[in-house]
Amino acid sequence: MKKEKEETNIKNSSLITHRSSLLIKGGRVIDPSSNLDEITDILIENGKITKIGKIQDSTLKQVQGKTQSSGLRDLDVIDAKGKVVVPGLIDMHVHLREPGYEYKETIKTGTEAARAGGFTVVCCMPNTNPVNDSRSVTEFILDRTIKEGSTDVYPIGAISKGLKGEELSEMADLVEAGCVAFSDDGKSVMDSELMRRAMEYAIALGVPIISHCEDTNLSKGGVMNEGFVSTELGLQGIPDSAEEVIISRDLLLAEITGVKLHIAHVSTKGSVRLIKEAKERGIGVTAETCPHYFLLTDNEVRGYDSDAKVNPPLRTEEDIEAIKQGLKDGTIDVIATDHAPHNIAEKLVEFDYAPFGIVGLETALSLSLKLVEWGVLTINELIEKMTANPARILGLKKGILNVGSDADVTIIDMNQKVTVDPMKFRSKGRNTPFKGAKLKGLPIITILRGKT
Amino acid sequence: MRLSGKDILGIKELSTDEINLIIETAESFKEVLERDIKKVPTLRGKTIVNLFYEPSTRTRISFELAGKRMSADVINIAPSISSIVKGESLIDTVKNIESMNSDFIILRHSAAGAPYLISKVLKSSVINAGDGSHEHPTQALLDILTIKEKKGGTQGLDVAIIGDISHSRVARSNIYGLTKLGAKVRVSGPPTMIPWGIEKLGVKVFYKMEDALKDVDVIMMLRIQLERQEKGLFPTIREYAKLYCLTPERVKLAREDVIIMHPGPINRGVEISPEVSDGSYSVILEQVTNGLAVRMAVLYLLSGEAE
Repeated sequence: MKKEKEETNIKNSSLITHRSSLLIKGGRVIDPSSNLDEITDILIENGKITKIGKIQDSTLKQVQGKTQSSGLRDLDVIDAKGKVVVPGLIDMHVHLREPGYEYKETIKTGTEAARAGGFTVVCCMPNTNPVNDSRSVTEFILDRTIKEGSTDVYPIGAISKGLKGEELSEMADLVEAGCVAFSDDGKSVMDSELMRRAMEYAIALGVPIISHCEDTNLSKGGVMNEGFVSTELGLQGIPDSAEEVIISRDLLLAEITGVKLHIAHVSTKGSVRLIKEAKERGIGVTAETCPHYFLLTDNEVRGYDSDAKVNPPLRTEEDIEAIKQGLKDGTIDVIATDHAPHNIAEKLVEFDYAPFGIVGLETALSLSLKLVEWGVLTINELIEKMTANPARILGLKKGILNVGSDADVTIIDMNQKVTVDPMKFRSKGRNTPFKGAKLKGLPIITILRGKT
Repeated sequence: MRLSGKDILGIKELSTDEINLIIETAESFKEVLERDIKKVPTLRGKTIVNLFYEPSTRTRISFELAGKRMSADVINIAPSISSIVKGESLIDTVKNIESMNSDFIILRHSAAGAPYLISKVLKSSVINAGDGSHEHPTQALLDILTIKEKKGGTQGLDVAIIGDISHSRVARSNIYGLTKLGAKVRVSGPPTMIPWGIEKLGVKVFYKMEDALKDVDVIMMLRIQLERQEKGLFPTIREYAKLYCLTPERVKLAREDVIIMHPGPINRGVEISPEVSDGSYSVILEQVTNGLAVRMAVLYLLSGEAE
C-alpha cells in the first residue's frame, strides 16, 4: 500500500518532468543518506539523476548527442564551483492555508516561497477550512499542486474529524488519497483514549502520528512563554509543562501501541530530555524543532511585537541550549519551519488578539546555517535533518542523491549575505521576528525533477 | 528638565529623575486645585481624547477633569457607542481620532501592550491609563505622591502590596516606581496569584499576609477581581477573605503610623474590612485627590508647555 502511495504522489506531482539534460558541475556534493561529501558533478536526464561523479567530456558529448537527436534543448550546465549541492530540502511542517484561508497563503504562493527557500517537498498541515479530514480535501490539495505548485506537496491528514478531538477521521481513505501522516496540528488531541486509538489505527497504515503537544488546560489564555518576561509584560504565560505533559503522555502511548510517533515543534529543555530518555528506552519516537526555537528567546516579545507570538512560544536561553544539544546528539531528528503565514492586518492588533505563527520557508536554511557556524552541527548533519531524516520518517523516496532518484537538488551559496526583508517574500505572510536579520548562506538554485 | 519621550507608557521606562519631576510638578498643581477658581489656561487649544475600552470611574473622570482644569478640549469615547462595536481595529480607531488633530490619546485597554501598539503609529502623546495586567503608570505616580505627602519621602520605607499580584497593573507600576525611589517592597497573596520570577524585580514574596505586614510603613491593598475565582485561582471569596482581608487586627502588625492605600474600587469585606477602609489610617480618598494633580502634571509635561 505504501509503495503505491508514493507512486501516486510522484505521478500527481506538480511539475511535468523536464525532458532535457542538466549538468551540475564542480560543486561540493553532500548526500547524507549515502555519506557522500565530495567535489564532483551530477548529471540529470529526464528528471532523474543518471550519474554522480566526474563527468568526462566523452560522456558529455554522448548526452549532448542524445538530446540534440531527440530535438530537445542542449545540455544545460550549472557551474557549481564553490557551492554546496544537496538533495532538495524537505519541510515536513507547513501551513499552506488553502483551502479556506487563501488570504493568508495559497498552495501557489506557499510552494513558491518553499522553492525560493530551497525546498522541493513540503508537507501541509490539515488545519484548513474545510479541514483535511476527508479524501476530497486531500485530492483538492494534490490537484491544486499539479496545477499551481512549485514544489511537491504531501498532505498530512487530520487525526480527528474537524480537528475536534472527538472521532477519528477516515484515516485509511486519506492514506489512499495521498496523506503521508496524521496530525491535529494547531490543536492538541486532549482525549488520551482517542490518541491511543489513532496510534493503533496508524500502525496498520504504516504512517506516523505527528503530535502537537499542548495541554490546553495548562496553556489556556496564554500568549507567550511563562517566565520572568511574561511577569514583566503582564501577559498570560504558557508554561513548559503544557508541552511536556502531553509529550510524556504520547511517549507512554507510543510505547504501548508501538506507533511511529513524531513530536512536532519541540521548544523546551524538558521536552528534549523526555524524548532523549524515550529514545534510549527504544521507543519509536522522532522529533523536530524550528529555527526560532534555537535562535530566539521570549525577550523578542518585549515591545509587544506580535510577530514574536508563536505556539509553542519562544522560550529561554536554557531551552535554546538544550535544543542545540538535542540537535547535536540526534535527539531532535528534523528541522522544520512550522511556516504559519497570516495576513498583516491580523497581526497588527493587540498582542492578546493576534494569531500565533511565524513564516519560515524563505528563511529556514539561512537561519539553520547558524548551527554550522556555531559548530553545533556539521553541514552534513544539518542537511540530513532537512532531507534524509524527514524523508525516512514519512517514508518518502526523497531527500537523497542516488542514481535513478528524482533529480531534486538544491544549490547553496554558503557565502552569500542576506538581510531578511519580509516585503520581498513570495509567501503572502510577512510575519517573522527575523525581519532585518543579517544572515549568511542562501539557496540559489532549487531544482525539482531536473527543472530549475 | 523635561520628559524624554512623547508618551507615558509605563513606570518601567521612566527614570528616577523623571518620576521626581512629575511628582514635584503635581505638587505645584495641587495648589491650583485649592484655589477658588480652579482653572488655568495652560492647555488652551489642545485636544485630549479619553479612549477607554474598559469601564472606569476614577481614572477617566480624573483625566477629564485634569484636562478641563487646564482649559483643554476633552472628548470621551466609550466602545459601546463608537465604531469599535462595528469591529474597527484599535489602530484604525486611533488613526481616525488623530486625523481630527488630537494632541493626547489616553488609553485604557484590557490587553497588555495596547498603548505600545498605538504609540508607534501616532504623533499624539499616548498616556497609558491601564493596560491589562501590565502597567497603570499614573496610579503609581499618584500613590507615590500620596506616600511622599504622608511620610515625607519614599527612601527606606517598607511597603506591602497585598492581593492578586499576577493580574495587577497597579502592583507592577508601583513595584517599578517604589523600588526606583528606594522603598523596600513586599508582595503577598496566594501562590496562585504570585507571578513567576517576581523577586527579580527586587521585591520580597510572602505567602502569609501576617508576615508581609510586619512593621511596614505602607499597606497597599489590591482589588480582588471576583471572576478570578471562576478560573480556580482561589476556592471561595470566603476563604480568600479569611486569609487576605485587611482587618483591624492585621493592621496592628504594621508600624503604628502605617498608611493604608487602595486603588479602588473597593470590595468591602473582601480584601479590606469597612472599619479599615474608612478608618483613620486610610488615605484612599486622598489618593483620588492626588490623582487629579498627577494627571495635570503629566499632561502639562508632555504638552511641551513646560519648556
